[in-house]
Amino acid sequence: MELVWVVLILPLLGALINGLLGRRLPKRAVSGVACGSVGVAFLFAVNALLDLLRLPEHERVFTQTLFDWIVSDGLAAKFSLLLDPLSAVMLLVVTGVGFLIHVYSVGYMGEDRDYSRYFSWLNLFTFSMLLLVLADNFLLLFVGWELVGLCSYLLIGFWFTKPSAASAAKKAFVVTRVGDFGFMIGLFLLFATFGTFDYLNIFEEAPQVLAYGGALATAITLLLFAGAVGKSAQIPLYVWLPDAMEGPTPVSALIHAATMVTAGVYMIARTHVLYELAPLSMAVVAAIGVATAFFAATMALVNNDIKRVLAYSTISQLGYMFLATGVGAYAAGMFHLVSHAFMKALLFLSAGSVMHALGGEETDMRRMGGLRAKLPYTSTVFLLGSLGLSGIPPLVGFFSKDLILEETFLSGNTTLWLVGLAAAVLTAFYMLRSHFLTFYGKPRYDEAKVHPHESPPVMLWPLFALAALTVFGGVLWISFLNFAPFEEFLKPVFEGGLLAEEEAHPAAALSTGTLLLLSVLAAGLGIFVAWLVYIRGITVSEGLRRAFRPLYTLLYNKYYVDELYTALFVVPGRKLAEFLAGAFDQGLLNGIVNGIGRIIDALGGALSRVESGYIRAYAAWMLAGALIILIYLYLR
Amino acid sequence: MEARDFLALTPMLIVTGTALFVLMLDLFLREERRGWLAGLSLLGVVAAFLANLYLPTFGEPLVQGMIRFDALTQFLNAVFLLGCGLAVMLAADYTRRQGIARGEYYCLVLLSTLGAMLMGASADLLMLFLGLETLSIPLYVLATFLRKNPASQEAGLKYFLLGAFSSALFLYGIALLYGATGTTKLDGVLQGLSGAMGAAPGLVLGGLGLLLVGLAFKAAAVPFHSWAPDVYEGAPTSVTAFMAVAAKAGAFAAFLRVLAISTPALAEGWALVVGWLAIATMALGNVVAVVQLNLKRLLAYSSIAHAGYLLIAVAVGGTGALSEPASAGLLFYLLVYTLMTLGAFGVVIVAEGRGENLSLEDVKGLAWRYPWVGLAMALFMVSLAGLPPTAGFFAKFYVFRAAVEAGSWGVVLAIVGVVASVVSVFYYLRVVYYLYLRPAPAAEAPAAGGQAEAEAGRPVYLSRLAAWGLGIAAVLVLFLGVYPTAALQWLTEIAAAAMGAVP
Repeated sequence: MELVWVVLILPLLGALINGLLGRRLPKRAVSGVACGSVGVAFLFAVNALLDLLRLPEHERVFTQTLFDWIVSDGLAAKFSLLLDPLSAVMLLVVTGVGFLIHVYSVGYMGEDRDYSRYFSWLNLFTFSMLLLVLADNFLLLFVGWELVGLCSYLLIGFWFTKPSAASAAKKAFVVTRVGDFGFMIGLFLLFATFGTFDYLNIFEEAPQVLAYGGALATAITLLLFAGAVGKSAQIPLYVWLPDAMEGPTPVSALIHAATMVTAGVYMIARTHVLYELAPLSMAVVAAIGVATAFFAATMALVNNDIKRVLAYSTISQLGYMFLATGVGAYAAGMFHLVSHAFMKALLFLSAGSVMHALGGEETDMRRMGGLRAKLPYTSTVFLLGSLGLSGIPPLVGFFSKDLILEETFLSGNTTLWLVGLAAAVLTAFYMLRSHFLTFYGKPRYDEAKVHPHESPPVMLWPLFALAALTVFGGVLWISFLNFAPFEEFLKPVFEGGLLAEEEAHPAAALSTGTLLLLSVLAAGLGIFVAWLVYIRGITVSEGLRRAFRPLYTLLYNKYYVDELYTALFVVPGRKLAEFLAGAFDQGLLNGIVNGIGRIIDALGGALSRVESGYIRAYAAWMLAGALIILIYLYLR
Repeated sequence: MEARDFLALTPMLIVTGTALFVLMLDLFLREERRGWLAGLSLLGVVAAFLANLYLPTFGEPLVQGMIRFDALTQFLNAVFLLGCGLAVMLAADYTRRQGIARGEYYCLVLLSTLGAMLMGASADLLMLFLGLETLSIPLYVLATFLRKNPASQEAGLKYFLLGAFSSALFLYGIALLYGATGTTKLDGVLQGLSGAMGAAPGLVLGGLGLLLVGLAFKAAAVPFHSWAPDVYEGAPTSVTAFMAVAAKAGAFAAFLRVLAISTPALAEGWALVVGWLAIATMALGNVVAVVQLNLKRLLAYSSIAHAGYLLIAVAVGGTGALSEPASAGLLFYLLVYTLMTLGAFGVVIVAEGRGENLSLEDVKGLAWRYPWVGLAMALFMVSLAGLPPTAGFFAKFYVFRAAVEAGSWGVVLAIVGVVASVVSVFYYLRVVYYLYLRPAPAAEAPAAGGQAEAEAGRPVYLSRLAAWGLGIAAVLVLFLGVYPTAALQWLTEIAAAAMGAVP
């Protein structure tokens, strides 16, 4: 357990080696360093987990101070790590899934000119994400939080010569910045209230310092949630994530599906003590979560870009996780986080495999089709991922999503549950739709030019590993059998909260079995409709088609949210910036600054002329100085 | 002499021995083996450094009350030896290019370092004076080391004449204090002060005032700074680098020793006088630096300005005990100043071919041709300007914080310091601007008339030793900027250890 810092330091070393020397190293060495550092970090993470498991349940909290970072009156920032069940879970996901994606990248990015730059940034991202989850105080969390944002920016814009990639990177950075603004104010409020950034101190004192449901607790938690909304792409700040698909596909899998975007969920789970003091904030989290889950799913229904469908799906699934944390089912939220990491990494990497097969950057499903025979492995694992995400037993997604819906229902809020259930239908539909469009039907790509081929083993093996996790991951928590090692493991972190105590749920109107059946039926319905439309080719009557035309257009244009934001924020913002840059900055501020500068310049010129170069003048200055000092001392 | 006297003197003896050995070895070495001299000097410096770190410290004065080997001495020695080592590393190739790679060079640098060490260790005013002279006389010689260059001769002569003037004032101050208290031992002076202030206040005030003037001259504080720009510009750059660090560090080491007697005698008078010196120094140094286009002159005014920030710590320094925030801040600043100033001069040294006086125009676009050198220079400039994440930020931060804690006058000084730092950002970042954002002459037009050098851009003479020197300075500047606690912890630890050693 003392070696947990090694997990953190290895990817940083990898990033440094590849960043500084990568251009001179052979590709084999670059990929060896990149994958090796994350792979060994994974082994150390497993070791840390085993160490934790050896301890009695309530002593599974280990902090390690690496060094005092800033020491000053009133602010002591320690560079210290916290290993507990929650960070251990995140550690395993980041290094484990991260390792598979690194290996996959060896094949996917094999032909890229900037091979070493790619791996150096990917390693840097892994380090930053580990820092985020291992931090034992809010300041260090924030450092990790910003670093992953930076890496996300760098990797979205990896092909920065492409204007769309460059502007997508900028958009991601700026939009998350809006949330970070709130996040920072939240941190300042926390510090002003508690005088420290330490998790353990704050969580211990919080129930005494913050009044239950008080304005301060609500303000802090809502501001922190603003940061989560930006980072985890929730309404209204989700707009950057679909555009972020401009980055290389493994990046989308690692950063924009499996790890970074889940940072918000992790943050809320980590600070659940605070959220439980603010019931209003919990309600807001749940409401935003379920709304995002539904609306993002509707946007995924009609999109024709395979990566963007997955992006909207990610937004939607993150919504489920927030829904879970919002109703106090943190362990369920974390479980869905893990299961989503498996499934979505699998789906993104399969999509990458399809793109690879079609010769590079083809993402439009209207130009795919009929690939099942050519890409048997990719097709199979994509199907597994789709079914998993739809919630078909016994795949891991069934267990985790059903758990969230069940907990939501048991929390007594039927509306949230219904919306969540509806989103589940949509999920099943859009996932299978993209599967059918990609792998079934007649080939719609240019058969004369493109000859699809299955990906090399280095890309397939990570897919198989993730597929295995998708198939067998469910055993971590089989709720209806009361077999829940995952929950048991996380229990010490989440108990002690207010919600955990009211174990006896209000009398449920529907039994667990019924709920289970309903969510499977929902998934089945979505799949069935997708099958009807895309395999059976049911044609809808002209009247119905016309009736749904406006809705289709609305969805296809993503509710015009991007256009709305452009009109509301970007255009006025640019006007304001132009005013500030022109009249205000150039005219007023620059005038003042230049004026002062000119005065200092003139003064300096005058003073430097005093330097005559004559020794007698210099000696006279010294004498004058000495006399003034002596006269002052005597007269005092 | 007891055994422990020798023990305490060991680092100084190693330095002296190395100096003499280098001088002698030079006679027997063939021209092409001169490189050994630098290596040998470095070896001596490293040996003295290690001896200094691992020897036990003593609370009371040694060698018949002349020398102290306490925690303060230990830290100061470490700073001097670090500066000396880096200066030797940067000088080795430069002196060869200039044709001045003679054994005397290293001998003089080492002896000058010895002088600084004596100043830092002195427990007696006469030892302080001896140290001051041992520090200065080699510097006078070194300044004229480019014998055939009139500017270098002028620099040496100016430095010598004005230095003699200030030494005379300093010695006169010692004489007055001796007259007032009947002793030159710092402990004795401290004991006799209260009686002497009653009997003959004129002697005490005059003595302390003249001590202050002498040290202010060495530190190049306004209005005793006027020698600095001319001397810095005229002397060989490797000498300038060493001078800017050694003379200043020695002077501030002496300030820390003198603080013990001056603050009790002058009370707020000391803070006020030194504070005004600090204000004048910061203001003039920074303002005049703004109009300098010559790199060496710019760094000369920059080093004057930094003396101002250091003087803030002296003004609010209390008794100079290590445990005080002002003294700890001063020492941390000295360490950081040594690293970043040597680094900045080091870049000028490697960019200078054969003694031409570089201006900003000459380093246009250098960073694109030599990215590592450019990056190092940018780092040193940012650190000198006092911006994070470099050590310069924390150096200023700790000094200003100590000032703010010291009361309202300290707050005034800190505010002036911050404003002065803002001004300094302009000229430091202008160097970075020239390094990165101005196209290299080659890219503009082949105006130089087909000169091969102009076509390829000005070369940088980066020998392996100089690269190591720059690298060490840069890494330390960055390291102390991210993790200043490393040095501060050491400071408090040795302070605590020294406390324990006092019987």
